[in-house]
Amino acid sequence: MQLWLDAVFVLIMLTNLSLLAASRMRLIIRAAAIQGVLLGLLPLLFSLEGSLAANLGFSAFVLGIKGLGFPWLLTRTCRRVRITPEIEPYIGYNFSVILGIVGLLVSLWLEHRLDLPVRVSGLSVSAAFMTIFSGFLLVVSRKKAVTQVIGYLAAENGIFLFGLSLAPHGPMWLELCVLLDIFVAVFVMGIAIHNIGREFDSVDIGAVDSLKD
Amino acid sequence: MGLFLASLAVLLAGAVLAPMAGRGRAANFFGATGAFLGSLLGLAFACLQLAAGGEALWSAPWAMPLGRLSLGVDALSAVFLLPTFILGAAAALSGHSALKGQAGRRPLGAHWFFVNVSIAATALVPAARDGFLFLVVWEVMSVAPFFAITLRDEDSRVRHAGWVYLLAAHLGAACLVALMALFYARAGSLDFALLAGGAAGPSVALFVLALVGCGAKAGFVPFHVWLPEAHPAAPSHVSAFLSGALIKTGIYGLMRIQTFLGAPEAWQGYLLLALGLTTALFGILFALAQRDVKRLLAYSSVENIGLILTAIGLGYLGLAKGFGAAACLGLAAALLHVINHALMKGTLFLAAGSVLHGAGGTIIDGLGGLGRRMPATTVAFAAGALAICGLPPGNGLVAELLMLLSAATQAAGRTFPVALAAWGAVAGLALVAGLALFAFTKAFGLSFLGEPRSPAAAGAHDPAGGERAAPLILAGLCLAAGLCAPLLFQAVLPAAAIVARTYPAGAAEGAALGTASLTWLSLAAVGLILLVAALAFVRSRLLAGRPVGRGLTWDCGYLAPSPSMQYSSGSFAAPMTGLMRPVLRTETDLAAPEGIFPARAAIESETPDWLLESVSEPVFGAVARFCDALKALQHGRTPIYILYILATLVALLAWRLG
Repeated sequence: MQLWLDAVFVLIMLTNLSLLAASRMRLIIRAAAIQGVLLGLLPLLFSLEGSLAANLGFSAFVLGIKGLGFPWLLTRTCRRVRITPEIEPYIGYNFSVILGIVGLLVSLWLEHRLDLPVRVSGLSVSAAFMTIFSGFLLVVSRKKAVTQVIGYLAAENGIFLFGLSLAPHGPMWLELCVLLDIFVAVFVMGIAIHNIGREFDSVDIGAVDSLKD
Repeated sequence: MGLFLASLAVLLAGAVLAPMAGRGRAANFFGATGAFLGSLLGLAFACLQLAAGGEALWSAPWAMPLGRLSLGVDALSAVFLLPTFILGAAAALSGHSALKGQAGRRPLGAHWFFVNVSIAATALVPAARDGFLFLVVWEVMSVAPFFAITLRDEDSRVRHAGWVYLLAAHLGAACLVALMALFYARAGSLDFALLAGGAAGPSVALFVLALVGCGAKAGFVPFHVWLPEAHPAAPSHVSAFLSGALIKTGIYGLMRIQTFLGAPEAWQGYLLLALGLTTALFGILFALAQRDVKRLLAYSSVENIGLILTAIGLGYLGLAKGFGAAACLGLAAALLHVINHALMKGTLFLAAGSVLHGAGGTIIDGLGGLGRRMPATTVAFAAGALAICGLPPGNGLVAELLMLLSAATQAAGRTFPVALAAWGAVAGLALVAGLALFAFTKAFGLSFLGEPRSPAAAGAHDPAGGERAAPLILAGLCLAAGLCAPLLFQAVLPAAAIVARTYPAGAAEGAALGTASLTWLSLAAVGLILLVAALAFVRSRLLAGRPVGRGLTWDCGYLAPSPSMQYSSGSFAAPMTGLMRPVLRTETDLAAPEGIFPARAAIESETPDWLLESVSEPVFGAVARFCDALKALQHGRTPIYILYILATLVALLAWRLG
């Protein structure tokens, strides 16, 4: 089981890198979807307490929202706002990937330094931190509002992972609440981006600072 | 204490209702009524508290860290509440009718909001019993007047004045924040009761921070620069409140903080004495050279703050050297002058506001002959000017007499250096009083006597309603305060005792000496009034039944005398400004008449505040440039803001773990 877990963590790290390297809207949404599916598998592998049915339900819920719901929403928004398929980064893809790797190193160092009471796997906390860092890097370095949303999603994925690895036996409903929040947030963002795109003919967040005083 | 809270509630209710009522007449009514009624309630409370003695306390739970919402009013606080509430009420009365004509054209709702908040915060500063609360209300008191000053914000000079005010206020506030932080570090608490118990101990650094922090508010040289900028720019009722009440909180802060630092030492007394005399001399000399009545009044406020500081210096010197009588007289003089200067300067600023309203300006060279055209304003201005020059029966003489008594008691039979300082104070006070007489003769004589120098002055008229009544009421209070000086002296003695903590031997004799001298002064003032009344009666009897004509004054054989032949403000002050050229640095631009039949000649003179130009503006400029440089961080790019957050979090995590 440990082997499977570690494999999933490594895969999550790789999806982070592919999020950073993706140059097309389709690719980055797909990477986010894969990350969501991987996260959805985790509750089953952690062998949480409680009935198999509850674990299966949780897993299905996470998978449904993160792996299917969000990507569908994002794709739909992209289509309706007719966003150009390019990502338009502030910093290049190669440099982003290098920064992602630096983030991975920092995460490994953090996991080594952090004195955590429970440890599910040697990689879980590193994977969590790296996902948070990658998410924020996406938020900071990409121009389009949709990529910002994906960045926040990735950051949330990291927080979810961190919570899951710290408290695998913890209250599941808390995770569900957070997930629901994010779901609503993405939903609202989708509508907001739609409206912004209609109003300003662009969802380039670089244009937002023309609104400052 | 209930009355005080009710007063604050009424003030704040006025503040909230005024902007809700829009920007027109309703806003003017609600704001002014709230300010007036709230100030009257507060005034009643302060008087009752002074009469009852002791300390009224009130506190409430507050969720803020460090601070407690605790208020207390002892004799010292009550003395400082008097000017705030008297001038709050007068400003409301005068402002209401002065602003009537601007209803709807200017945002009166917002204006009254900030005026009422200024009054409430100025009242809360002496009532705060916790360092954190003190800082909060001090900051509110510093910021709110900025908006009240800049009512006429379409004028770039008004905006500039507002910025100078704000910068000076915040440089002072920064010192006070540092001061309170140091107090917290030393005493572990900012509770004033604990600090007054000596929890922080004496410290030179704390005293200097208090001096700079409070000095920027009060206007000690060289922190006075905001006064001559802000007072002429502000609406007159705001100038009256700023100059009469708000700057006194600086004096309050200095006195209250000294009670936390233990008994004052001799060097503090010498320092305050020197600073006070310098401020007074500097202020009155620059007042003399001004062409604008309101600027002149602003510099005169600097002078009076200097006098108050001199009195505190004499008091501290007396405490440090063990002369109880001198200490008691000096501190009481300072507190009395706080009240008296508020009354005098309120009168003068409100009367100057009437001049601005009635004659269209306050530049002396455009005025003249207002005495016959604006009788009510003239009476008020004359009474205020008499009082501020220290002439009986006004109230300005009271504190000067007490200061002279304090200096004389200290100098009698002592040796160097105390005697030198005390005699120096006597000489300095005499010089300042003489120059004040010169300056106000100029302000009153050139504006109200003679012939009008401009068409606007020729068509001047008294304003109506509260704008006309408020300066007269304050002038009446000046006279009353002069006549009731012994009673007022008795009333401020408990407050002086709080500042002194423990008097050396001799305080009782000092109090007795002060009471006796002031009783004689009051009697002499009554005698003077009776004498003048008798002379006026005789004059009217002599003139009864005879024709009284009006002719040219001092025709001197001129063929066609014109108003431009009168003294101008520059020429009137020229003997003194010439003498004081090294201090004043007056710039004169003279185009002398040439030839036998000169076609043209002109002279222009200007006395800019060189301290403002050579000291304060570079400092303010550097601060402004530093703040502008910080704007590079605030660029409006959201992703970079998020990067800041991320970088901070990672750095904190690394710092905590590394």
